[in-house]
Amino acid sequence: MDNKKRTAIQLVATLIQNANFKGFFTGKISEAPTKSVCVPGLNCYSCPGAIGACPIGSLQSSLSGLHIRIPYYVVGLLIFFGVILGRLICGFLCPFGFLQDLIYMIPIFKKQRVRTFRGDGILRYLKYFILVICVLLIPSLVRFTPFFCKYICPSGTVSGILLAIADHKILAALGGQFIWKASVLGIILVMSIFIARPFCRYICPLGAFYGLFNKISIVRLKVNEETCTHCGACARCCPMAVDPSKNPDSAECIRCGKCVHECNGSLHLGFVKGDKK
Amino acid sequence: MKRRILQISLLFAAAALIVTGIIMGQPGEVLAKAAKICLECIGIG
Repeated sequence: MDNKKRTAIQLVATLIQNANFKGFFTGKISEAPTKSVCVPGLNCYSCPGAIGACPIGSLQSSLSGLHIRIPYYVVGLLIFFGVILGRLICGFLCPFGFLQDLIYMIPIFKKQRVRTFRGDGILRYLKYFILVICVLLIPSLVRFTPFFCKYICPSGTVSGILLAIADHKILAALGGQFIWKASVLGIILVMSIFIARPFCRYICPLGAFYGLFNKISIVRLKVNEETCTHCGACARCCPMAVDPSKNPDSAECIRCGKCVHECNGSLHLGFVKGDKK
Repeated sequence: MKRRILQISLLFAAAALIVTGIIMGQPGEVLAKAAKICLECIGIG
């Protein structure tokens, strides 16, 4: 798919998920009933524009409450999104993924960009560790501690900045924890200039979860083995450093469609029937 | 074929989980959390 079309879809998806536009000026978040439904991507529910709930925040909230509640509803929604779309959500629908893509488009340090480096492969397992330990285990064991939201989530930090701009009381309340979170956000945003989607590659627990569905999701990459010449054009253009012709179902593939655009017609991204590769 | 069976099974499982959650009133709990500013999320709490 053409990169401009994807950018347009990402912009529309971000605007739809943050359609409470007046919140950006008043500093008040939406209380609409739509917030009982989780959005598929990472979009903090404390963002002044958010009209849906963050799935990771909702998951941790259920697990770290006064009594442990198995979050059937949130887990059901996550599995539903994963089975239908897999990590296409990361490539097209996630607002924080879109923010990283916009930063990566800045052309000033184009020559310094790196696709992969030594240790890149091992670092990618970090997101699974964060999913299990920070999102599931710690909130289940320590009451009222949504660890990922509290200490890591950069989407929440962006929300905090937007709220602080609109509401001076929130601005006055920012302290040490915010400095920590702002530092995490800053590192991720600076890294985004040089590496495509660093947060999605190494940290995002939502991407880790959806990646598990890339092998079986209904929307997948399909390789036509009869016409594929294994020229390597798809692997060279992949921002996530995946080789789609060899491993179209890789958990790292965010289904951005760049490979399909570069290919001679042997790759197809869309609804794939049955067991076709 | 195996993949198709797995897809359908997981979609049914997801639907069952969502319905169970709705019966238990979990969408209301999600709304209650999402309608208030999460202090931990924005870096205050």
